[in-house]
Amino acid sequence: MRLRPSGTAAVLVECEDLDGVLATYAAVRAAVDGDLVPGAVDVVPAARTVLVVLDPRTSTPEEVGGALERLDVGTADAVDEEDADVLEVPVHYDGDDLADVAGILGCGPDDVVERHTNGLWTVAFCGFAPGFGYLTADEGTWDVPRRESPRTKVPRGSVALAGEFTGVYPRSSPGGWQLIGRTDLDVFDLDRDPPALLAPRRRVRFVVAS
Amino acid sequence: MSRHLLVEEPGPLTTVQDEGRPGLAGIGVGRSGACDRASYRLANRLVGNRDGAAALEVTFGGLVLRAEADLEVVTTGARCPGAPHNAPTVLRAGEVLRLGVPETGLRTYLAVRGGVDVPPVLGSRSTDVLGHLGPAALTAGDRLRVGDARAAAPAVDVAAVAEPTGGALEVRVVPGPRRDWFAPDAWARLTSGSYGVGAESNRVGVRLEGEALRREREGELPSEGMVRGALQVPPSGQPVLFLADHPVTGGYPVIGYVVDEDVDRCSQLRPGQEVRLRERRT
Repeated sequence: MRLRPSGTAAVLVECEDLDGVLATYAAVRAAVDGDLVPGAVDVVPAARTVLVVLDPRTSTPEEVGGALERLDVGTADAVDEEDADVLEVPVHYDGDDLADVAGILGCGPDDVVERHTNGLWTVAFCGFAPGFGYLTADEGTWDVPRRESPRTKVPRGSVALAGEFTGVYPRSSPGGWQLIGRTDLDVFDLDRDPPALLAPRRRVRFVVAS
Repeated sequence: MSRHLLVEEPGPLTTVQDEGRPGLAGIGVGRSGACDRASYRLANRLVGNRDGAAALEVTFGGLVLRAEADLEVVTTGARCPGAPHNAPTVLRAGEVLRLGVPETGLRTYLAVRGGVDVPPVLGSRSTDVLGHLGPAALTAGDRLRVGDARAAAPAVDVAAVAEPTGGALEVRVVPGPRRDWFAPDAWARLTSGSYGVGAESNRVGVRLEGEALRREREGELPSEGMVRGALQVPPSGQPVLFLADHPVTGGYPVIGYVVDEDVDRCSQLRPGQEVRLRERRT
């Protein structure tokens, strides 16, 4: 396991790629939940890394690093079978950038919709805002540049693309992703437990809203 | 009499804070919580509250409160003229507490015995200004219910603690995960010179102004997890020191970290003040 120094309150694990992040996150999360990483308070997956946050009053990065190095990431499945039920996200594909995205990908808007709804996505990590998941396609990679000029206000529920990811804006906020549609599904609800529908490793299928 | 505190004036920015929301970074929710955790925890101990009871974080003084019952309160952190400091006192029903502007330091913690009882959000009463979670900043006319987060009365009723410095603050740093993205001389520059505190600083971070740190490696860093104390360097080369409401993940390289126990003192830095980052000798 490749570790990088991250101050006195965290250890950063570097991974090869997103699949590596998913597998590492699964292994680290299970170890933390099983009390095998003393002092760990949080696990933060990201694009190429998994950050393990610790309580500096009860452990040191060296202790946490040692515990992490003993983990066998190879045996952990990226997607837990228990978590493998697929969340359906109904989408109205009428986003302001749908035609632009089709142009970028060299196809028609209908083809974009077909590609987006065809196949499963997996939440690789969250960030940017509470409940904002970065979803990666199980098959075939996407590569969509962000908008040159970000919007000052992207409406809540917007379904968007950027880089290799798709995502759903949990609330209205500024944003530079390409908008292809919108969903009525509330992906982040403080009154629900758990509040975030799009948590890391969640499997998702986008469907055309009726 | 109702056990409430009435906010007559909120000052420039007063929020409710506790230990924050640890454990939720995976779903994009940052920890937040009191910026100066040591002062916040001291305030709770001095009034005999349970760990994690909510207190007020007062930025730059200016808070005026009226007690609606006899209530025991204390302030810690930045000392505000007009308020009892580092020693609890009883506000009688109807009495008004007026916090002046601190001469040094930025953030004052006001704890009340029993804790401030606002509805928790995801297990915490903290206001996260970046994640837009938790109660809104206080406004005039707010009535804050005092809760029942009492522990045994404390054995100590006066705390001798150092006041926040008004002069140059020296804190310890250790290398961050992307130190190798910077020019060979960047680390020496970071840890030998001094930086001024920018006016745009807030609960998210302290903006440091000084010698720009040149990057050697170009290209985008894929977003990665951050913790408080991170010295993140945007393209301007001027580092930002992350505080309690920092983003969960960030896309600029982190050259170093202020050691965790020194971040509390960094959160007392005021705009214009000088800070010196020095490599921790182990």
